[in-house]
Amino acid sequence: MTPLAEVRGAVKSYGPVRALRGVDLEIEAGEIVALLGDNGAGKSTLVKALGGVHRLDAGEVRIGGRPVDLRSPAQARALGIETLHQDLALFDNLSAVANFHLGRELRRPRALRRLGLLDERAMAREWTAQAERLGVRLPDPRAEVGLMSGGQRQAIAVLRAVAFASRLVILDEPTAALGVRESRQVLELVTRLPAMGVAVVLISHNLEHVMQVADRAVVLRQGRCVGEAAPTPEHHEALVSMIVGASTTAATHGEEPG
Amino acid sequence: MEGAPLRAALRALQAGPVLILALLALVMTFASPYFFTRANLTNLGFQTSIVAVLALGQLVVILTRGVDLSVGAVVALSGVLGAIAAGLGGVAALTVMLATGAAVGLLNGGILVGGRVLNPFIVTLGTLSIVRGLALVISDAQTETGMPGLIASTGTSLVGPVPLPALLVAVLAITAWLLLARTQWGRWIYAVGGNPEGARKVGIPVDRVLLSAYLLCGLAAAVAGVLVAGRTDAGSPTAGQLLELDAITAVIIGGASFFGGRGSVIGVIAGALIIGVIRNGLNLLDVTPFWQQVAIGTLVIASLELDVLRGYLERRLRAGQAVAEAAA
Repeated sequence: MTPLAEVRGAVKSYGPVRALRGVDLEIEAGEIVALLGDNGAGKSTLVKALGGVHRLDAGEVRIGGRPVDLRSPAQARALGIETLHQDLALFDNLSAVANFHLGRELRRPRALRRLGLLDERAMAREWTAQAERLGVRLPDPRAEVGLMSGGQRQAIAVLRAVAFASRLVILDEPTAALGVRESRQVLELVTRLPAMGVAVVLISHNLEHVMQVADRAVVLRQGRCVGEAAPTPEHHEALVSMIVGASTTAATHGEEPG
Repeated sequence: MEGAPLRAALRALQAGPVLILALLALVMTFASPYFFTRANLTNLGFQTSIVAVLALGQLVVILTRGVDLSVGAVVALSGVLGAIAAGLGGVAALTVMLATGAAVGLLNGGILVGGRVLNPFIVTLGTLSIVRGLALVISDAQTETGMPGLIASTGTSLVGPVPLPALLVAVLAITAWLLLARTQWGRWIYAVGGNPEGARKVGIPVDRVLLSAYLLCGLAAAVAGVLVAGRTDAGSPTAGQLLELDAITAVIIGGASFFGGRGSVIGVIAGALIIGVIRNGLNLLDVTPFWQQVAIGTLVIASLELDVLRGYLERRLRAGQAVAEAAA
């Protein structure tokens, strides 16, 4: 079966820094893949290529078996790939509803469409429907996001990524800024995505969280893929040593089993 | 439970410029018997409209975290070129003037976006000099009098009791409000100013949005150029000097944030009127014009402090909310 998304031979440098040195990654439909690795291992660079934020120097991205040239986040979004960025990419000066729809605002139909007149009512309705479906609650979604707490901001960013994704959601450290309770809510939401036909790439430093939700863990180190394993308690030690590069024997789990 | 008073304070800050304007007008009405007369208000309308038009364009650019210092020079160059084209008739001269503004606007935006020079202050400081220099070269530093009737009438005509330029400002302000507050383009202007990196990440065509902002600001400067040329019935290469500072002042007094993403059309119009009322009122009270500068400068700094206060109140509100959540 063709994977939902794959990256082949990804190479990317930032000036003299070689962030990716030939990485392969396959994501099957409906699976949750964890990307592990130390700071600077290339995780964020890899998902930025998938999300259309950066283009690769060499290598290719395939979606549904077809090579695609992702030149912008808008293109990735059009293909059903959504990203929760580490910095959240929220707009403090806009409301939660406006943040949610940003870049794909609903416009009034017919004659006024060409003017790009916003359909605020339809956008508020859409927000309410999606927030209910995915279990996000805010006291006032029309208030500016700058006035909201860290947990509420995270919830808005997660909802935006998850609600519009039809193929793949990339979550870059979705629980990093959260308390125990909010983290659990986000992870619960993540586990519900495969049932909706959406695959997940999860970047996290928290191995506990990865073991709770991921089907598969891929480890990057110094811009290379150094191995993968099922994220179970038995493999905990092996995963850790792959991440820090302590033992090379643990890194020979080889290709994916299935 | 201090969320409610904090919110109320934030709302009061938002209404600040309009309240200050109302207060000023009230004080002036009592201080001078001439202030609230038809003749003086008409005069105020003529005087304020030029700054108001410039400020509307400047608002769009400042919302994107930018600034356009070249607008005063555009007033001059469009006036000079309009005077040269005067022989071809009013419509031709008007077209030449507006095209001048659009061209300078596109140049500003183009250098900023295409040249990857990410400092609008420096870019427009450069074009300010270029455009002013071109105006002097083309006119040989001479003022050309005699504009076509269409342009000259904007400086003197009344529609009923209302000066034509004031009516023009009203139409432009409503249009600007519609565009900024009710369209997708407007939403993107605020988004680009609020978080430029984030705007790229959510797929907003940031470069095109910036280009459109500087284009509109250039066009607004050309409209102001028409009003100046109409008022003086001439195209002068030294017209509009320091008008860019008046425009920026009006935007800042009007409550827009110099850090981008915040500001409203109504605030900016209030800001332009505040400058107008201070100048006009102090004139009526026979205060030397030098004090006007001191008063306006003080107001600019006070407005910036209010923006800082707004940020502080927002942080307090956010912290309060996090505490409330933790307690829940």
